[in-house]
This record gives sequence, structure tokens and C-alpha cells, in this order.
Amino acid sequence: MTRKQRRLTMIGGALVVLAIAAGLVLNALRDSIVFFSTPQMVAEKQIPVGKRFRLGGMVEQGSLVRGDNLAVSFKVSDGGATLPVNYKGILPDLFREGQGVVAEGALDASGVFKADTVLAKHDENYMPKEVADALKKQGRWQEGSDGKPVMSQGSAKPVVTQ
Amino acid sequence: MIAEAGHYALVLALALALIQSTVPIVGARLRDPALMNVARSTALAQLLFAGLSFLALTTLYVTSDFSVTNVFENSHSMKPLLYKITGVWGNHEGSMLLWVSILALFGGLVAAFGNNLPLSLRAHVLAVQGWIAAAFYLFILMTSNPFLRLARPPLEGRDLNPVLQDIGLAVHPPMLYLGYVGFSIAFSFAVAALIEGRIDAAWARWVRPWTLVAWIFLTLGIAMGSYWAYYELGWGGWWFWDPVENASLMPWLSGTALLHSAVVMEKRNALKVWTILLAILTFSLSLLGTFLVRSGVLTSVHAFATDPTRGVFILMILCLFIGGSLTLYMWRASSLKQGGLFAPISREGALVLNNLFLTTACATVFIGTLYPLALEMLTGEKISVGAPFFNLTFGPLFVPLLLAMPFGPLLAWKRGDLKGVTQRLMAAGIAALLAVALVWAWTTGGAALAPLAIGLGVFVIVGSIVDIAERVMLFRLPLSVAFRRARGLPRAAWGTAFAHAGIGVALIGIVCESTWNTEYIGTMQPNDVAKLAGYELTLKDVTQRQGPNFRESLARFRVTRGGDEIGEMTPSKRNFTARQSSTTEAALLSRGASQLYISLGEEAAGGAVAVRMYHKPLVLMIWWGPVLMAFGGLLSLSDRRLRVGAPKPAKASRALQPAE
Repeated sequence: MTRKQRRLTMIGGALVVLAIAAGLVLNALRDSIVFFSTPQMVAEKQIPVGKRFRLGGMVEQGSLVRGDNLAVSFKVSDGGATLPVNYKGILPDLFREGQGVVAEGALDASGVFKADTVLAKHDENYMPKEVADALKKQGRWQEGSDGKPVMSQGSAKPVVTQ
Repeated sequence: MIAEAGHYALVLALALALIQSTVPIVGARLRDPALMNVARSTALAQLLFAGLSFLALTTLYVTSDFSVTNVFENSHSMKPLLYKITGVWGNHEGSMLLWVSILALFGGLVAAFGNNLPLSLRAHVLAVQGWIAAAFYLFILMTSNPFLRLARPPLEGRDLNPVLQDIGLAVHPPMLYLGYVGFSIAFSFAVAALIEGRIDAAWARWVRPWTLVAWIFLTLGIAMGSYWAYYELGWGGWWFWDPVENASLMPWLSGTALLHSAVVMEKRNALKVWTILLAILTFSLSLLGTFLVRSGVLTSVHAFATDPTRGVFILMILCLFIGGSLTLYMWRASSLKQGGLFAPISREGALVLNNLFLTTACATVFIGTLYPLALEMLTGEKISVGAPFFNLTFGPLFVPLLLAMPFGPLLAWKRGDLKGVTQRLMAAGIAALLAVALVWAWTTGGAALAPLAIGLGVFVIVGSIVDIAERVMLFRLPLSVAFRRARGLPRAAWGTAFAHAGIGVALIGIVCESTWNTEYIGTMQPNDVAKLAGYELTLKDVTQRQGPNFRESLARFRVTRGGDEIGEMTPSKRNFTARQSSTTEAALLSRGASQLYISLGEEAAGGAVAVRMYHKPLVLMIWWGPVLMAFGGLLSLSDRRLRVGAPKPAKASRALQPAE
């Protein structure tokens, strides 16, 4: 083979691999991405029963009910709307009433969100970004004095100076 | 005082970095050795001051000086000493300081041990290091100063995030940073080569040990992080395709490609332009990883900071370095001469194939990680790309890579004999088919692909054994001769075999864990028995205990199998008073490579407690694999070939060879 032919073989091989990879990526993007919604968006958009999505919002105070055999139900609200959620399993360490939560699952026929995963990735001054953004849009969010988002009932922090 | 001294040392380090980034370049232009040698002394001095600054922050943490904001926000006087020290890098400011300190360390190492480098090359390399360092010192001083004081010092700190109070945190970030930042050396060498417009096989010989060091640390760092998530987060998962994890995986993939293409360049003087590009891309991906984690653009457990000014600053650094180096690349790459010829079926061809699949796999991870961000920025629509995406893209690309892997080391340079190699790999093929048949017969349920994937893992492992056996002519020569040949084999050959076998080991672990993992979730009263994968787990009691800065409730489980006592497991749940938060301390019991895993949920009424138990078959192989890979890297690093630097066989990389 000449130099040119070798180079063409290699470039051809590379293009084939890249084309396969592109096909895989497009196929996977069609099937396996999950959209994010807040209760308000669920109320506005008609999300079909059984379609998986991520639900984000605040766990409503006093809404957490523990049933038998690790079944729990709670309500997620974003100020505008509220959506009941059922879950079976152990809630994460950071799950608490009055704090942000993201749950993944789908709506059932009766309009209850059946979650199979509950994420609570935040500490007392960090919230899931989607939840914070959604709450900001609805004016339920206050920026803290030092730029960090603080919950409405957020604790007072000492003033930082230099 | 100490805080101000630390701050001042950081400012001095910035000044030195600025000198280091300009004077040597001028020196190289004027061919003035004195000016070029400035690079060496400034790099060493910069290491001294960055080190002092880091030491100052550590002292503040150890002495619990809560008049410093950073210490106040992330430490607590009751915290054990170890976590006071690791708390230094358990927050944004401190971890950036660790980042620049490691950068200064690598610059200092090049300065100290680069005596056999051509003077102008060393000057250029250190100058590029100086640019990177200066950018990050500026970032720290302007947006994330760890030495800020509080006007009214409080009496007690707010404690470190309890999830981070773990030995895993002591090791994981420094390892990862040694990897990330270590690739800066390859980057600096690449940019220096482009500036000089000259590159040869010796260049690859200098770059390879540094890349290998970075790669070893990154491999171990990623494995550490994965094991830490596994036992600390309490979900029993070890890889979540979280953007932060992907951020460390991308430089690993392209760094692995770089290691392999540097071999071709060193041995055959080919693939020069590609190797330079990979060196630039690998460090660019490290910078991207730093940006993703440090700017808080991601929703993730790792994103501590949510301050846009920092994000914009790092983004500017990112654009400057990636854009600048790629522009330089486009402008100068054509001036680099093309090297040796080779047939598609050859060792070089196999390494090109490896590079092709690794970089493509890296690209799919890149798309999966950044697509949601891009989509949100363009349309405002929020999506998440999770494990299914990566399983559908990354997985299929790794299969041909692993299939081809055993062939590579057996092929000859320039022109290989595919048929001969296939015959020699017959043993590995038969072993793989046997493994598939055995797994198929023994197991029930699970994905049909699992036995095939295990067969692939066996093929890779036996393939690397065959490679060594072929080299020492095992069974063809008397055993004593073969043994002597094995001892005389280059360390790099052993390194290749170990690293490749490590991939196979990890693959088997991953497949077994994800296919035959069994779990039990439920509430248990004392004396309840849970049955899991042939084990009986009896809850004995739940007790309360006071730790140094937490309270914990401790559950004791007796583990038996068919009546035989096996051991006791004590998972616990800790409540940290200072932060009002809790962590789950999972209990692990290893049986060979398999593990039993128990984590506690919340306590229910009447002394009952929610538990989550897993039996994870062969799960430990997932981390043994990377350890084997890192060991292989270490063996390669100690190879004689890499020690003898090109012009003078001097001490170029002696510092990097621990064992001899």
C-alpha cells in the first residue's frame, strides 16, 4: 500500500467509528433522557401517565406520612401547585420537610407521582439547582446578603468582612 | 498573623509565576542562558511560597482559628485532628489552594530534575507552567481567598459537611488533583514543542514518565472516589455517571490515549501531531473538570460553591488556555515533520485503534455531560442524562476496544501478522468461551449479555498472560530458561500486561455486581432475621453512642450462613449537632471478592429500624482492577528505557522511580 492508501484506510476507519458513535449518541439521546418539571409545570402541561420525569420542589411542611413496610407519601409544592408523591423505600439522609427535593418517577392514573428514586442533594444552604431556579422564577426565593441563596426561614449568618 | 503571612506568600507566588512566565521566553528569544535559567529558580521559589501558603492554611485549621472565615465555615474545634487537616481541601477555597500547590510542585519537579532537558525547552516548559500558575493564583486571590478574616470571631465553627468527614476525603481529592494537574506537564511540553517548532522521539521520552505519573494518580483517585461513594453515600452504588465523576473520567480516557500514542511516537517517531493534540486535549479536559466542579454549574453532591463570579473567572481561564493552545496548534502543527510509515495491521495500527475508540468514548461522555447544560442555556429546558445514556453509548464503544486489546501487544511494529497473533491468542479465546459456557450453566436470570461480558473480561486477562508467556517462550523452552527470560523482560512489558489485565478484572467485577446484586429493604425489630443470598442476618440490638462531634445509633447484626457464624456487622447513623445533619455509615463484610452491605434508614415506631441490605457478588474486583492498572503503570515507570533520558543519561526522572 502506498502512503496515501494507508492514510485513506485510517481516515476511513476513523470516520466509520465516529459515525457509529454519532448513531449511538443520537439513539441514546432519544430514548434515555429525563425531563425536569415542577408541580406547576405538571399542572400546566399534560404529562402522559407513565412518562418518566424528574419532579422538583419543596417537601410541604407536615405532609410526610409513613405507612407500613417503608411506604411513604408526601406532597411536593412549588408555591403555585402541589403534587402528592408516593415512594417505597428509605429516604436519603438529607430529606426533610420544608426543604428541596428531586424525585424521579412517573404519574399514575389517579394523578399521584409514583417515585422510584428520591434525591436530596443539598445541605442547609445548598439546594438542587433546578428547584432553586424554579422557586426564583416564582419569587419565593430570597438572595442572601453574601450572594448565597438562603431559604425564607434561613438562619442568620455572621457578617463576613475583610 | 498566620493568615496574613499565608495570604502574602500567595501574592509572592503570583509575582514569581509572572516572572517565570515571561523572562525565560525572552531569554529563549535572545538565546541568553542566564535569562533562561531564571525559569528554574523562579519555579523552585514559587513552590516554596505556594507550599508556605498551604502550610499556613493547614496551621489555621489545626489550631481552629475561627477568626478566618474559611476555617469558621468548614471546621469545628471538636473535630478529630485528621479531619481538621483534610478539611483544608474539603471546601472551594482550600481545594483551589491545594490545586495550585500541586501545580507548583510539578513545576518544581521539572525544574529540579530537568537538568538533561535542552535549556530552551526547559525554559519554555516552565514558562507555560508559569502562565497556568499565574492564572490560578489570580483566581484564588480575586475570587476565592481562603485567608479572609471575620470582623467578630465566633467561638465555634460550623463544622465540615459530615459526608466529607471520612478517610476517603483525605486521599481522594489530592490523588485526583495530582492526576489532573500532572497532565499540565504534558500540556506544557506540547505547547513548548509548538513554540519551538521542533519535536522528536526524545520529546516523547521526556513526556511519557510525567504523563504516566499523572495517569497513575488519576486512576487511583477515580477508584478511591468511587469506593468512597460506595460506602459513604449508603446507596451501594459505585458509579452514578454524575457530571463530576464524568469530569474526572474524561481526562482519564484521553490521558490513557495519550500514554499509548506517546509510545508510538517514542518508538517509531510517528503520530507526532496527534500526540501533541492529545496532550493539549487531556489537560484541557482537566481544566474543564475543574471548571465543572468549581464553578457550581452542576447540580451535584460535589458542587459546594454557587457563586457566578468564580464560574465566569474559571471559564475565562478555560477559554484562554484551550483556545490559545489550539490556535497555536493550528498555526504550528504543520511545521512538525511527519514520521515513520506503518501498515494498518501493526502495533502502531493497534495503538491508533486504541486511540480512536478511547477518544470517541471520551467524546460521548463529553456530550452526555455537557448536552444538558447547553440545552438549558439555549432553550431553558431542563433534562438529565443518566446511566441509560452512557450504557448505550460508552458500553458499545468499549467492547471493540477490549476485543482488540490483547492483539495489540502481540503485533509486531510496522507490519503485523494478524493470523499468527490470532493463533497465539487461541488459549485466551478458548478460556473465554469456557467462561461463557460455565457462567451460562451456573447462573439463572440476569441479562443474557452478562456471560458474554464476563467472557470478554476473561479474554482480556488471559490475553495479557498469553502476551507474557509468548515473550518468555513458556512451555517451549525449559522452565528455568523461561524464568530467566521473564526476569530479563522489560518492565514496561510487565506493566502493559498488568494494566490490561486490570481492565479485565474491573470489567468482571462491574458485570457481576450489576447483574447478580441482590437487595433486601425493610423494617426490622430486634431478633428479626433477614435472608439474603444464602446468608441470615439477625438484628441483635440498636444502641446509642456519643462520638467526638456526633451522636450515633448503632445497630448490631449477626451474620450466619447455614447456621455457621460468619461475623458481626455494625452499621450506624450519625447525627452531627453543629450542622443538624446526619450521615449513614454502612457496614461492609467481605467474603472473598464479594461483599455484604448494610445501611440504616430512619428509626420507625417501637424500636424498629429501616434497613437496606445488599449482597454484591465480586464487587471488590471493580477496585482491584484499577489498583492493578496503577501497579502496571508503576512498573512501566520503573522501566530502564524511561530512565535513560535522551541526550545525557542523567537523573531526568529518577525522582519518579520509587522501587528499583
